[in-house]
Amino acid sequence: MSIFVLAAGAARADEPVMISLTIKDHQFEPAEVHAPAGKPIALSVKNLGAIASEFESDALHVEKVIAPGGEAVVHVRPLAPGRYNFFDDFHHATQGFLVVP
Amino acid sequence: MLPSLVIVFREVFEAGLIIGIVMAVTSGVAGRGRWVAGGVAAGVFGACVVALFTRGLSQLFGGSGQELFNACILGFAVLMLGCHNVWMARHGRELAAEMRAAGEAVAAGSKSLAALAAVVTIAVLREGSEVVLFLYGVAAAEGGASIGMLIGGAIGLILGSLVCLLTYMGLVAIPTRYLFGITSTLIALLAAGMAAQAIAFLQQADIFTAFDQTVWDTSWILSDESWLGRALHTLIGYVDQPTAMQLIVYAATLAAITLLMKLFAVPAAQRPHAA
Repeated sequence: MSIFVLAAGAARADEPVMISLTIKDHQFEPAEVHAPAGKPIALSVKNLGAIASEFESDALHVEKVIAPGGEAVVHVRPLAPGRYNFFDDFHHATQGFLVVP
Repeated sequence: MLPSLVIVFREVFEAGLIIGIVMAVTSGVAGRGRWVAGGVAAGVFGACVVALFTRGLSQLFGGSGQELFNACILGFAVLMLGCHNVWMARHGRELAAEMRAAGEAVAAGSKSLAALAAVVTIAVLREGSEVVLFLYGVAAAEGGASIGMLIGGAIGLILGSLVCLLTYMGLVAIPTRYLFGITSTLIALLAAGMAAQAIAFLQQADIFTAFDQTVWDTSWILSDESWLGRALHTLIGYVDQPTAMQLIVYAATLAAITLLMKLFAVPAAQRPHAA
């Protein structure tokens, strides 16, 4: 089951929309997040697992190693509507989506 | 065992491609074994240090420390590769033609060797820090290094080294008169790919945001995540969804290296045949 995180619409045009997610037991929580189109996004990813993760997405142009217990913020530029995949490059079964309606 | 094998192999494979090229480029240059081995050793040491400080590094510069660090070391590698090609444009032929007695050529050879050893260090550091961090986590989760993890890691290391060896053997099998042109091209493409990757890290850090739209998507033909995609990413900087800025930086790096090689090359009259 996926939980939908609706970003606050009040954010200004150049102010990034903050979205938080965690990695635990090789799962993104939530596994699907939503963000508005045309706005910069800041994804805060917390690794609650015992093993390092490499948060990566080819579509979002991000790649960042997150130590166990660590937290990383990745910046994503304004997006066109679509369904953008991200994953843990150290554990490919760990998959998630950023949905821009 | 399998996760360790896959991760170790993947990272050693990526570093191994670069080491294989460097070994082929420097074949015949005196003392290259020591330089390359030193580069690998420094890279392994650096990898452990970086892995140890990953959390601290990430928190620097408003959370963008990791991106800035990667962009800086990649930028440095690009500079080293570019310098190597420029020095070699002048002296490579003398070296290849066994005219190593020429003092200038020897000096250029050892400068280049130092530059390429630095590139090896950076490649090993980048890939190695991921291996160290990953294996450390696995060991911590399992309450100590397990036999399975160590065997998996060892097999990954051996297979990855094999890729390095095959790259080297494949390149040195090329006849000497073509080798110089081919390795110069490979080094230039390697540099352009690293420059594009460096700019991607700056975009990710939100430092450099111009021209950040995705230009095309070839992930349906060749994904970055496939083995071929990974190999091409390391070798020529292939990305399935490049941004406009990555393409600009890629083209500009290639153009700059090509231009500098032409500018610094030995005048055409002194060469047996043009590059």
